[in-house]
Amino acid sequence: MATVHLPSGLTQFTGGLSTLTIEAPRVADLLATLAARYPELGPQLDQVAVAVDGEIYQDPGYQAVRPTSEVHLVPRIAGG
Amino acid sequence: MSERVFKYIGTRPIRHDGVDKVTGRANYGADLTLPGMLHGAVLRSPHAHARIVSIDTSAAEAVAGIKAIVTGKDFPETTAKLALGEAAIDLHDIADNVIARTKVLYGGHAVAAVAATNPDAAREALSKINVVYDVLKPVLTVDQATAPNAPILHDAMVTKGVKDAKGPTNVAARMELKRGDVEKGFAEADVVVEREYRTPTVHQGYIEPHACVARFGEDGRAVVWCSTQGPFAVRDQVAAIVGIDPALVKVIPSEIGGGFGGKIVVYLEPLAVALSRKAQRPVKMVMSRDEVFKASGPTSGTKIRVKIGAKRDGTVTAASASLYYEAGAYRGSPAGAGMACAYAPYKFPNFFIEAFDVVVNKPKVAAYRAPGSPMASFAVESTLDEIARELRLDAVDLRLKNAAAEGDHAPYGPAYGPIGVKTILDAVKNHPHWSAPLGRNQGRGLALGFWFNGGMNSSATVLLNPDGSAAVITGNPDIGGTRAAQALMVSEELGIPVERVRPIVADTDTSGMTDVTGGSRVCYATGMAVINAARDVREQLRARAAKIWDVDVESIKWEDGQAIPPPGVEKAPHPLGVADIGAKMAHTGGPIVGRASLYAPMAGPGFGAHICDLEVDPETGRTTILRYTAFQDVGKAVHPSYVEGQIQGGAAQGIGWALNEEYVYNPSGLMENAGFLDYRMPVASDLPMIETVLIEVANPLHPYGVRGVGEVPIVPPLAAVANAVRQATGIRFTELPLSPPRVLAGIEQASRQPVGVS
Repeated sequence: MATVHLPSGLTQFTGGLSTLTIEAPRVADLLATLAARYPELGPQLDQVAVAVDGEIYQDPGYQAVRPTSEVHLVPRIAGG
Repeated sequence: MSERVFKYIGTRPIRHDGVDKVTGRANYGADLTLPGMLHGAVLRSPHAHARIVSIDTSAAEAVAGIKAIVTGKDFPETTAKLALGEAAIDLHDIADNVIARTKVLYGGHAVAAVAATNPDAAREALSKINVVYDVLKPVLTVDQATAPNAPILHDAMVTKGVKDAKGPTNVAARMELKRGDVEKGFAEADVVVEREYRTPTVHQGYIEPHACVARFGEDGRAVVWCSTQGPFAVRDQVAAIVGIDPALVKVIPSEIGGGFGGKIVVYLEPLAVALSRKAQRPVKMVMSRDEVFKASGPTSGTKIRVKIGAKRDGTVTAASASLYYEAGAYRGSPAGAGMACAYAPYKFPNFFIEAFDVVVNKPKVAAYRAPGSPMASFAVESTLDEIARELRLDAVDLRLKNAAAEGDHAPYGPAYGPIGVKTILDAVKNHPHWSAPLGRNQGRGLALGFWFNGGMNSSATVLLNPDGSAAVITGNPDIGGTRAAQALMVSEELGIPVERVRPIVADTDTSGMTDVTGGSRVCYATGMAVINAARDVREQLRARAAKIWDVDVESIKWEDGQAIPPPGVEKAPHPLGVADIGAKMAHTGGPIVGRASLYAPMAGPGFGAHICDLEVDPETGRTTILRYTAFQDVGKAVHPSYVEGQIQGGAAQGIGWALNEEYVYNPSGLMENAGFLDYRMPVASDLPMIETVLIEVANPLHPYGVRGVGEVPIVPPLAAVANAVRQATGIRFTELPLSPPRVLAGIEQASRQPVGVS
């Protein structure tokens, strides 16, 4: 199962958990599982980018997640 | 990757668009004129905060030459969100920012627009539009916006990121990052420094104002010519705001005279399309400089509190920060980015960072070169300078002691790949600038800076001509020399001279979908698409050579721009160059076109360090920059001259931010210095030649190692300048700009202490 790390600002919506394990083949499935498990977290997820094993995707979608993947939710960034 | 020897990458050819630009032939946003074209103008709010009671346009409609008038009622309500790549944008807010419906939220907010046969008639009509306002008290700072009983901008706003938050409030969002045990870390520190910093609202200051021409045809199709960083972003915003099918909108980007993030969101384009639809004639709209300052997006004014604790040897044990960023009139400041960037160059074991996005009665902020990072860096790097002083440590050594390296986790989560922080700091330490002597009233400052560098959607097409020349088509307006960089990439992959590659910036009907020219992403992400498209051409050339020689394509090598046949092939000519194969295109299968499109992850992190030497005149408070050296890990410099130019430009903008630039507001909340005479940006004669040191730690995500360059260099200057002023004057200034009046007041407040090298 992939290990998912949340920024501390979101742990208020997960009962204080900052690291979770989730089985999901793709990022979209992982986010859907997160939102289902923690309904209050769902509305917060539209402003996050997702890092999978160090690569950050601004528009997280169908990137593959491996069972050994380290996934970080990070602030979505706008550039100039 | 690092062993690859390049033939064209790393050379410095003259840019393909250079002659047109220096001779004035290049067409910018305001240069287009169409038959029957009308002139548009915008009526803007004279109040910083007011309810619109009524708008009466009847007298304006009677002005001779007036062909169309629009107000907020002419635009549909939309609640859609648009993923523009760089940011998910709330179209309701953008539409309301383009033209106010029920409230004006800053001085300069558009309330009506007109189109007339000449500019004088348009201006006269504006003067005859009668708007009745119910004037409200404005809030102009985060302190005012967050005070008890503060006037509220948006009645429905609640704080995102806070569980069970109640509104209404002016705090649009709260974000937080944490690692380790901060209190324990501070308890272990031998020295703790805590300061509060403020930075003003500043503008990107692009020389070319916003400008466009729109033509809405009888067939319901709209064509928009405009100066923009993102034609596809303009297309999608215009369609949603005006309420038409995006399939009916075509956007043709002009040359662009600077953007720096400020030409991604639309301001004039929806108004021009709506006016053209009403008038059934083309409409041109051009902002004045006054309008650019008051009604386009600057970047956030900020209040930042930083606390850092360290051991005597310089090891930082804990750090905390509270960042308050003004968003302007609608939610969406770069506070989150500031939070992520603040401690990014370092491997602090314990930290706590919180960031607040706060709405105020100023223009909605837009992206500005590494949005959010320069202010955070100013606060953190100034505090680290104080730590170094208290511990009597060299500023480079303190940073080396705490510098992040490959494998360390970024404050925002993931582990870093190969990064250049320590390599940069070693280069600083070994550079003669760092040890050069200083004179009386002079000081030297050092600061680090970080930016992510973007990825996202890019497309490219490479067309081969029968003579062996090529064209490369992308949808990215060329701001920083990307045409030349893309041509170099095609040259490298095909082995043809860069002068024989024509780079083309195409419109939204011609190029594959491509995200904006921004986020330092073009050379990296669109560059990868260009490389892949050129490789597509190369594979087709191999296949054509195989046909010519009647051998298996797998047996053909490609070396130095030529197809090499397998041993035993006697048929002449061989080897076959690009022009040889191109000449036989018609006989071997027809034209050769390469294409590629991709979605790139964010590029490798970019870091830089700047050294600033300056002299402060103790009589006037005026600061003169004496010497400036910028070090940056650029991954791979495709065209070193334009990489250096980006770094010099970013440094110059950052120096302006540090020394002079600020929006000045009167008590009513109206900007008082909306012009370049009173909003002081640095010009060439203000600065010495900025020396650049390019460091190349290859980015493993790019085939050449490209990292992205354009944003990092605006991050360090704020603190580099402030730290130098600290050394020159003995005074720690915590509020920007360090303009002569502020510096002089600081010197006088310090009881005219002797000024000199400390």
